[in-house]
This record gives sequence, structure tokens and C-alpha cells, in this order.
Amino acid sequence: MPETDTGSPAQKLIWRVAEVSTIIDETSRVKSLVLDVPGWPGHRAGQHVDVRLTAEDGYQAQRSYSVASAPESAPVVLTVERIEGGEVSSYLAADVQPGDRFELRGPIGGYFVWTVAVGGPLFLVAGGSGIAPLMAMLRHRAAAESTIPAVLLYSSRTFDDIIYREELDQMAARNDGLRVAYTLTRRQPPGWTGGARRIDGSMLERIGLPVKAKPKVFICGPTSLVESVAQFLLDLGHERTLIKTERFGPTGT
Amino acid sequence: MTQPPVSRGFRGRGPPVRTDRLPPGQHLTGDFPVLSAGPTPKADLRNWTFSLYEGDTVLAEWSWPDFESLPQTDLKVDIHCVTTWSKLDTHWQGVTIDTLFDAAGLSEPPTSFTMIHSDGDYRTNIPVEDLIEGKAMVATRYEGAPLEAEHGGPARLLVPHLYFWKSAKWVRRLEFIPDDEPGFWEELGYHMYGDPWREQRYAGD
Repeated sequence: MPETDTGSPAQKLIWRVAEVSTIIDETSRVKSLVLDVPGWPGHRAGQHVDVRLTAEDGYQAQRSYSVASAPESAPVVLTVERIEGGEVSSYLAADVQPGDRFELRGPIGGYFVWTVAVGGPLFLVAGGSGIAPLMAMLRHRAAAESTIPAVLLYSSRTFDDIIYREELDQMAARNDGLRVAYTLTRRQPPGWTGGARRIDGSMLERIGLPVKAKPKVFICGPTSLVESVAQFLLDLGHERTLIKTERFGPTGT
Repeated sequence: MTQPPVSRGFRGRGPPVRTDRLPPGQHLTGDFPVLSAGPTPKADLRNWTFSLYEGDTVLAEWSWPDFESLPQTDLKVDIHCVTTWSKLDTHWQGVTIDTLFDAAGLSEPPTSFTMIHSDGDYRTNIPVEDLIEGKAMVATRYEGAPLEAEHGGPARLLVPHLYFWKSAKWVRRLEFIPDDEPGFWEELGYHMYGDPWREQRYAGD
């Protein structure tokens, strides 16, 4: 796997043409686009790309998306949630068809990144489509056959809104040190045994890794979730420097 | 470079308002998205200070009450985030860097570059000439209200003519440095200068 050095000031990030090879319906509002990107230099789990769409009249629109695939798997996968009025997300998550092409450049960002070489334990907290960069980390961990202890606490609105649920359940069933816990904030199916409210301090304490384990924490989701979870973790005693955040603002897509 | 591929069926909303105020690759937002790399620091104003320094020498330091008593300036500006949102006509109040330099008795800035330091170990590099002559301030109010912590309160830098990561949240210190050095995002591949009109998002742009 090529090691990507985004810290090198000499490297210019060029626009590459991406072609949609496969589209995966993740939920009613979320799709994953499997992309062929000739010349893709590789990425690290947690990094993102900039996507640029060009209309027939030359109008362009550009947005950032996290890469959801593991560095070990060749195609680049982006997971896109359709946002009301989002001109790029509504195109990517509704209109796009296999064979369609757009531009992409990256990988971008070297902070919200985890590799097995960084070590653990790993404590991931996701809200909604904020799971995407964390999924890249878990897919990388699985691909590397790592047994680094890891916990994912994932908040969704309803059961049907859980992105990657089957794959996450399969990963957890490998018994390789990964624990996955869900919480559903709006509606829970009959017999649901997971969480049934927004993530709070007691949930983080009960499900997460203890402070003394010094877990590396990655939080990604809507701003309100990220702000509150980061504050709860500080209150529990987790070190500020071990907490990395990525916020998906309402117009961030 | 070759023509970009047309994304079949993509029309976009098009630019709804005056495009001459929107740098290339940007789109308008009505919200104020929050982007930070870590938890939001909660400053205690009783211990808060803002200082100018060079090497080991503190050139000036203000407590919160001292800072609040400095001459205030209103600024209405457009802001541009590297993640491609722009927001027009944002209204800020604070103390310009010119005012700070005056109050510190600096007739001439001692060096040509600065490193801006914030709570939470954030830092960003900015040439002195981009901070003076009314181009930048330490802002403490947004739309007439004290700046909220998640947007950088109690005080953030405001350098609206550069991408918004240069407008460091939770600022505490301005360090004069002899040569330009990368800050936090600049070390991670973002552009050293960050001019939105030249679309300097990443190193090499």
C-alpha cells in the first residue's frame, strides 16, 4: 500500500476523474458510491476528498466527503446522505448512475486519521452519516487483521437509519476485540436492547473504554452531537489531546 | 488541463446571488457551520489573557477587562471556509490588530511573520502585512452578541480575506516570528497562505 504523505508541501493535489462503478443503497437516504479513480495515490483511514461536479453549462459545485473504504481495498467508496436542498448531496445520493463521472481530489487531512500503527485502544463515536470516516478505520483494522481493542458507539435516528449495519455486526462477530453498540434516538423496534436515547455521559462511561485505558477517541457527526460528546468525555476525565473531532455541519455536504 | 467531465444530469442550484462576491469553488450558506479538530475549550475570563510576544519577550499583555476597554471596531465582511462554504455580510466587533499594536507601543512590527496561538494547541501562520491596515481583528462579538465558544469565543482572530481556518478560534497569543512557518493545518497539507480568490486550499494550489 502506498503511504500517502499529505504533509509534504511539494505535492499538489490534482483533480482526477472518478467513475461510478457501483451504487449501494445503505438506507433510504444514504448511498455509497464505489468509484474507479485511475491514478488514486491511496489514503489513510479518516481522510476525505473534495468532489467537484460540472453541469453542462459549466457551472461547478464542490464539496468534501470522507472516504469510507479501507486503504487496503482498491476502489474509493464515498457514503453520501441526501440533505434537503443540498445541491451536491442530492445529486450524488439520488441522481447518479453507474458510469457517471465527476472530479475528485485528495486525500485531504492528516489529523482525523487512524492506522493500526498508531495503536489503540480505539473509541469511536458516530452520529448518522458521521460513521463514514470511522467505518474506514474499522475496515482498515479488519483488513489488517488487527486485534487492537476498539469500541464503536453509533447513534442513529431509527433502526433503518443505521448505515453499514450488517457489515458492522459481522465485524463485531469476529470476536477480534471490536465491540459495536447502537443507540436509536427517535424510534426503537420491538425488543430492542440497544440504547434508546441521545448519547450522554453515562452511556459513554458504560459502553466506552475507561479513562485509564487512554483510548484514542474519534468523534464524527452533527455539530451538536460532537460538541456534547466531546464535553462529556472531558468531564469523564479523558484527555483533551486524545480526542479528535470531525463535524458534519448542516450545510457541510 | 483537459476539460472536466460533465456530470450527467447535474444542474446545481446555480449561484442565487451576486457571484462577484463568491470566490471560485465556494457556495453560499445561511448557517454558520462549526469545524474544529478537537473539543471546544471553555475559557475562564478571570484567567484569560491575550499577549503579543517575540521569542521570550512579552511585548504586551491584556486581561479580559483590559482588552474590553480597548477601542472597539465594527466589521461587516464575507467569510470563506476551505470546506467550500461562504457566508456574506457577517458582522463582527472586536479590536483591530492595528489598535493592539498601537496600544503595545509598537511603531513598527518587529518581524514580518506571525504565529497565532490558541487554546487547544491550535496555531496558524499569517504574514504581518495581512493583519494590519484594518485587515484583521481579534473579534469578541458576532452579530451583536458575545461570541459563542463553539465559534471561537471568547475571542477569535478574524482575517476575512484568507480562508477561515486562518481566523483562529480561542486566540490567546500573537507571536512574531522571523520566517514563515507552518501552523496546525498548514503542516497537514493545507496551504501556507490560503487566499480564497486564488483558491489556495491545499499545499501546491
